[in-house]
Amino acid sequence: MKPPLAPALYGLMAEFGSSTDLVVATRAAYAAGYRKMDAYSPFPIEEASDALGFYKTRVPLIVLAGGLFGGLGMYGLQYWINCISYPLNIGGRPWHSWPAFIVPTFEMTVLFGGLAGVFGMFALNGLPMPHHPVFNVDRFSAVTRDKFFLVIEAADPKFDLVQTDEFMQSLKPLSISEVPH
Amino acid sequence: MRQGPEEKTLLQDVPWPNEPPVMLPGQTYDTVTDTIADAVLKRPIGMGWLGGFLIAGFFVMVLLISATYLFIRGVGIFGIMIPVAWGFCIINFVWWIGIGHAGTLISAILLLLKQSWRNSINRFAEAMTLFAVACAGMFPVLHLGRPWLAYWLFPYPSSMGVWPQFRSPLVWDVFAVSTYATISAVFWYVGLVPDLATMREKAKHPLTRTLYGILALGWRGSARHWKRYESVYLLLAGLATPLVLSVHTVVSFDFAIAIIPGWHTTIFPPYFVAGAIYSGFAMVLVLAIPIRKYYHLEALITMRHLQNSAKIMLATGLIVAYGYFFETFIGMYAGTTYERFMLQNRWHGTYAPLYWMLILCNIALPQLLWIPKLRRNIAFLFLISLDILVGMWLERFVIIITSLSRDFLPSSWGIYVPTRWDWAVLLGTVGFFSACMYLFIRIMPSISIFEMRTLLPEAEVREEVIAQ
Repeated sequence: MKPPLAPALYGLMAEFGSSTDLVVATRAAYAAGYRKMDAYSPFPIEEASDALGFYKTRVPLIVLAGGLFGGLGMYGLQYWINCISYPLNIGGRPWHSWPAFIVPTFEMTVLFGGLAGVFGMFALNGLPMPHHPVFNVDRFSAVTRDKFFLVIEAADPKFDLVQTDEFMQSLKPLSISEVPH
Repeated sequence: MRQGPEEKTLLQDVPWPNEPPVMLPGQTYDTVTDTIADAVLKRPIGMGWLGGFLIAGFFVMVLLISATYLFIRGVGIFGIMIPVAWGFCIINFVWWIGIGHAGTLISAILLLLKQSWRNSINRFAEAMTLFAVACAGMFPVLHLGRPWLAYWLFPYPSSMGVWPQFRSPLVWDVFAVSTYATISAVFWYVGLVPDLATMREKAKHPLTRTLYGILALGWRGSARHWKRYESVYLLLAGLATPLVLSVHTVVSFDFAIAIIPGWHTTIFPPYFVAGAIYSGFAMVLVLAIPIRKYYHLEALITMRHLQNSAKIMLATGLIVAYGYFFETFIGMYAGTTYERFMLQNRWHGTYAPLYWMLILCNIALPQLLWIPKLRRNIAFLFLISLDILVGMWLERFVIIITSLSRDFLPSSWGIYVPTRWDWAVLLGTVGFFSACMYLFIRIMPSISIFEMRTLLPEAEVREEVIAQ
């Protein structure tokens, strides 16, 4: 069996000149029932992700898990080394000299928490992804400079080329482009 | 990063009549992006850059030659001996790692404290941290005697069945410094990713476009991505803040846990951390003053940044002065002969001139920073920063060498004299650090572009407009 052909259109892209316009448009699109969409901006805009209904990320949980793994793992390693694998009497200190084990434990908590957070963030974001349909639109390169974009995906159940186009016109964008795959 | 809705953008926020703004007026998304990115992409390589880079490169060669000779002959080429077994290598290690601390303070602690003025200096301060830690990291390895066995410091299941000694601060140091280096590098790179995307779109040459494109990981500024990005950036700042305080604390444990007079004191951790930030801000000014001048970044790195750095230097300098005072006080108050002798020896012994130079450089001269007129004088700030860097290096010399050369038994006393190889390695790392900075300012945007955009008034989402 042949795989189904990919739809030719990824979505519709509207371009805006300011962060306020982008937030207004995103809220309107959400209110109109669109869900499979994304806002693009040259710098973080908290209101934009809120307008998409994207309030919570799992990043803090990943950092917590990484930190716990690093800390408990390091403490466990030191305990195992000093009490089980190769106990050594150093200046009459107890084998389980826990105050001395705190420093490496703390450092590994930070290391694993930080690395888990960064790799987790990139993984959740699906990066590295060298190509994405939005890059097919030439005007989109301004997203790293001074322009703001709202993309409604063709995969959205409410998406209809004509109606969505009309809806986007009502948002008064600087331009509307079709985003090919 | 972004400010809350209750705060004004920094362009409007000028707390005192004479206080310079964080950004000169008239900046837009375009000017911010172009000023920073064109310094890398458009500006031709000038004779000044090339000359400076070649001089730095010469000292990198000096470092390589010294390291090669060291690996052939062993640590005997240095001035170290018994009882002074810790010489320049450890002094330089502590000095360099301290310099790195200001970068993390700016990027993490000032972020948590919502000091948004930091946005124009955090990028190159983080780069400074990275290169300073790289210089610092070399020294313990060069000092090992058998540097090819450096991996013995890490706990791995070796065929010998032995493990590192986790009760030793020297092993703690391995964990603290390697974690610090890794987290600093990651923090720096994460901060760079959105700007690398800007560079990717701005670069004309296909090769540079591709290289920036690879490094940017396909960043496209999605709101969901930004949300996770901001979240991890803040968490990294939260993790880096105790980390940076822990690093110099652990470095000070290397001394404080030993029983040598002059080392065995509880004031060491806070006073080492303050000293680290002191020297780090001095290095920030030494770098920022020429960079803003030669790359015409005066609109983005304003007098506000220079003055704020000067104030932080003054404050941390006073903490350091308090540390010196308390060392002296405890030395006399403790009532042990050895501690009292250590003080006498610092004041009148062989290395006394260095101690008094240290007091002059670190305590006396920086008091000039109280004068507002001098804080506005760029040439003075540059000179006082160099003075503080020298002073902080002397501090480590005085602590390490004076105490080791005169310990408990007069029969084991000795005098340490650095050899030409000691100096060669020190100058070599200065060259390495400078060469890295020269490359950095030509390859990467030296100011965070996207964070500067958030400071612009037009970046604000105007809820009052939406409500209408």
